[in-house]
Amino acid sequence: MYNLIGAGLIVIGAGIGLGQIGGKAMEGIARQPEATGKIQTAMIIIAALLEGLAFGALFLGK
Amino acid sequence: MTLQLMRDLQHYIRFSVFAILIFTAPVAFAQEHDEAAHGDEHSDGMVDTKQEVDQYILHHIQDSHDFHLFSYTNDAGERVHVGFPLPVIIWTSNGLTTFMSSEFHHDDSGEVIVEKNGLKFAKLHSKIYELEQGASEVVLDEEDHATNAHRVLDFSITKSVVGILLIGILLFIWFRGLAKQYKTKKIPTGFGRVLEPLVIYVRDEIARPNIGEKHYRKFTGYLLTVFFFIWLLNLAGLTPFGFNVTGQLAVTAALAVFTLIIYTFSGNKEYWKHILWMPGVPYLIRPVLAVIELAGAFLIKPFSLLVRLFANISAGHIVVMSLIAIMFTLRESLGTVGSTGLSLLLSFFITLIEVLVAFLQAYIFTMLSALFIGMAVAEHDHDDAHDVAEGAERRADVI
Repeated sequence: MYNLIGAGLIVIGAGIGLGQIGGKAMEGIARQPEATGKIQTAMIIIAALLEGLAFGALFLGK
Repeated sequence: MTLQLMRDLQHYIRFSVFAILIFTAPVAFAQEHDEAAHGDEHSDGMVDTKQEVDQYILHHIQDSHDFHLFSYTNDAGERVHVGFPLPVIIWTSNGLTTFMSSEFHHDDSGEVIVEKNGLKFAKLHSKIYELEQGASEVVLDEEDHATNAHRVLDFSITKSVVGILLIGILLFIWFRGLAKQYKTKKIPTGFGRVLEPLVIYVRDEIARPNIGEKHYRKFTGYLLTVFFFIWLLNLAGLTPFGFNVTGQLAVTAALAVFTLIIYTFSGNKEYWKHILWMPGVPYLIRPVLAVIELAGAFLIKPFSLLVRLFANISAGHIVVMSLIAIMFTLRESLGTVGSTGLSLLLSFFITLIEVLVAFLQAYIFTMLSALFIGMAVAEHDHDDAHDVAEGAERRADVI
């Protein structure tokens, strides 16, 4: 039961984080379209690190 | 030029169809009839309760000793399994023992006993057990563990091993062909034209910017191998053969250990200095940082690599299978047409997303490997005392 609540919290947190990353990257791209490639790369790396953390937590909490 | 390309493409498509035909040919001959081993299924033989769907999905996620494509019940009421068996190679207390997995008759609950080499074997939850002396059947305790049998060293050619071998051979043929072409031609022909941009993409977008101009050539080979290996295995997981190779912890752990070994052994003096005795911070904090950095280098980095790939691919498989299972679980409330339509629609689009995820995960694994290697080989042209001053100077230059 508690691990399910924990899993839900993890997903909420990861969702907020991913939203921030994606949103800020969008803003950045809109301001500087010529830097799209670099922003996307950085965005994917940070998203991957966040995702690794979230999956790690889910995996340990299972 | 275009004509040539089209001819090549046609040739390739013909070859692919031929290969698929050859590969699927044994399926028709490998049908098996058995009735006894499936007492737990419903009398109409369909997987139609949530619990059975759960079991089926869990079974799919695991590695198995045979290829199981589908099952149905024929007019005579027999259960027919379509698939093909794979060799079982085990190291037992009587030495090496081999037989085909078809001898288990698709049993996975330890009911079918195979006698080989003077020993008795049973398959339980996709693992092969050797029965103790004198035992004639597997006795299970409350937690479903066998009490009178023990695991054996299993070197079997399982489904995942077949997947790895298949993709390995495919990669070897493709890239050997591509490499050979550069000896005589400037531009590759045929399928090489599909591979060349991908190779250049990995080299110029992943290896070069993350590792640096000076060292990237040495590591491009590894990054290319890992990229194509993971990508093709992810894609193979979306075919009806149902490989779940990159969703096995053992496989992703091995890949992460490769990366760990490479960046650990190619780390330069600066890298170790920054781990063990971080320059530019107060002396009291340095031991604390060293502990954190050591944990980061040896545990967190490989762990994040292996868990990310494993969890993404497994989760993808579970989602696709669950959406397919909608046609059974929601049949009562939506009707046959409604539930099948919903299931088809959802699983179709999620599969398209999975095609994207297959690429993305291969990209991320390669990218992070490159990043970690890049951190290990990076050369710092400054030392701790001048750090701040030099940084300020450089910033002033830029402005």
